[in-house]
Amino acid sequence: MKHDAVEKNIGLMIILIIVALSFGTLVELVPLIFGKQVNEPIAGLKPLPALELEGRDIYIREGCNTCHSQMIRPLRAETERYGHYSVAGEFVYNHPFLWGSKRTGPDLARVGKRYSDDWHRAHLYNPRDVVPESNMPGFPWLFDNEIDAERTPLKMTALRRVGVPYTDEDVSGASAAVAGKTEIEALVAYLQQLGTLLQSRR
Amino acid sequence: MASFWSYWVIVLTVVTIVGISWILFANRKREAQSSEKTTGHVYDEIEEYDNPLPAWWFYMFVITIVWGIGYLIIYPGMGNFAGVLGWTQIGQYEQQVAAADEKYRDLRDRYLALPVEEIAVDPAVRKMGMRMFANNCAQCHGADAKGAYGFPNLTDDDWIYGGDAATIKATLVNGRQAVMPAWGDVIGDKGIKDVTQYLLRLNGRDADVAQADAGETVFKTYCVACHGADGTGNQAMGAPNLTNGVWLYGGSEEQIAQTLRAGRNGVMPAFKDTLSEDKIHILTAYVYGLNEQ
Repeated sequence: MKHDAVEKNIGLMIILIIVALSFGTLVELVPLIFGKQVNEPIAGLKPLPALELEGRDIYIREGCNTCHSQMIRPLRAETERYGHYSVAGEFVYNHPFLWGSKRTGPDLARVGKRYSDDWHRAHLYNPRDVVPESNMPGFPWLFDNEIDAERTPLKMTALRRVGVPYTDEDVSGASAAVAGKTEIEALVAYLQQLGTLLQSRR
Repeated sequence: MASFWSYWVIVLTVVTIVGISWILFANRKREAQSSEKTTGHVYDEIEEYDNPLPAWWFYMFVITIVWGIGYLIIYPGMGNFAGVLGWTQIGQYEQQVAAADEKYRDLRDRYLALPVEEIAVDPAVRKMGMRMFANNCAQCHGADAKGAYGFPNLTDDDWIYGGDAATIKATLVNGRQAVMPAWGDVIGDKGIKDVTQYLLRLNGRDADVAQADAGETVFKTYCVACHGADGTGNQAMGAPNLTNGVWLYGGSEEQIAQTLRAGRNGVMPAFKDTLSEDKIHILTAYVYGLNEQ
C-alpha cells in the first residue's frame, strides 16, 4: 500500500489508526478481563455493607482519591510504611476502583483499624487539630449532613447489575441500615474497613 | 493465564512486530531521489521533497524493534513464557525484603536482647525509633510526641496506663480502650456542675465552695472506684490523675463538664498484627526515652 493512499484518504487513515492502537488493548487488557487473578475475590472479601458503601460514595464525592491512592506497590519502602502490597483480588467489587494516581497525602489502601474512630472524626473535622503540619482540607459539613437512605438500595441494585453479589436481604435492609446516620459515620466506617483483610507484620 | 490467552498474546505480539517491521522496510526508499521530485503538496507555494527517512531515524526504529525482541526473550511478556531470567515483580520485591532482613538481622537481634531501659539512650535506637514513630504514632501523638486534644502527650511525666517499659510495651502490643462512662443521666445536670467545681478545686483553681462541697459527695460515690478517693487515678485501670492539671480532653470548665456528661472512649490501636516484635521493642525504647530528655 502506498503511503499516499493512506495520507489522502482520511477514512482509511482513521480505521488504520484504530487498528494500530487496538493491538495494545488486545494484548494487555483483554486477557486480563478474562483472567482469574483479577476476577476472583480474595478469601473473606464481601461486598461493602450499606453504611460503608455510602461512605465510599462520600469518599468519591469529596474527591479523596485525587490526593490519596489506594494501591500499595510491591516495593519494600511502601510495604514498610503501609503494609502488605495490594492484590487484584481485593478490588473485585470496586466499581469504580479508587487506586488513584497521586499521593499528596498518604496511601489509604490499608488505613483500616490503624487509627481510632475518634481520630478520624477529629482529623476529618479539622486535620490540623491532630496533625499540625497537615495541608488536608477539613470536611466539617460531613458532621451535619445525613445519608439519603432512599438511594442506598438503588446503588446496591446498580452494583449488583455489574456483578457485585449483593443478596436481596442486603438490598431490602439497606435503607434501615443507614437511616438517620450522618455522613461522617459512613465515611469513618468505610475507612475503618479498608484493606483489613490482608495483614502482615512489617 | 489460560493457555488460550497465552497464545493470543504471543500471536498478536508476533503479528505486531512483523507488521511494524514490514511497514518500516516496505516504505524505505533506498536511494535519494532527485531533488526535483516532490511530494506534490503545495502550501502557500511551499513544496516538500519526497526524500527517504533519515538514516539515523530509520536505524532508531530498527534498534527499538531489536530491543523489543530482546526484552521479550529476557523478561516475561510472551504469554506464559517467563523469560530466560525468570524475573517477576513479586520475586524482585521478595528479594528486596530478604536482602533487608539479612542486613538488619544482627542489629535487630542485638537490640531485642537488651532491656528497653538500656537501649532507650542509644542514639541509633533513638534515630530508628523517631522514624517509626513518625510513621506509626505521630498522626495521633504529634511529630513532637506532645499529643493533641484527645491524644496523650508522651513527653510529660503523666502516664495514663503507666510509664515503665513493660507497660509501654503492653500498650503498644495490645492497644488500649478507655472507658469513661457517661454520667449525665446518672448524676444529672446539677451533679455534673458540682463535680466540675470539685475538680477545679482539686486542681487549686477558683471554685464555688458550696457546689464543690456537693460535688465532693458525688465524687466519693461514683468516681472513686476508678479515680481513687484523692482523685489521683489508677494506672492499672487507665483512670487518669485528676489533680495534676493535665487534661486529655481540655481543662476548661465546659470541657470537664462535657467529659463528665458524655464520657470518653479513647482508643489506642494495637500494633501486634502490624509491627514486628523488634520494631515494637525499639518503639517502646523510643517512647520510654522521650521522658528522659
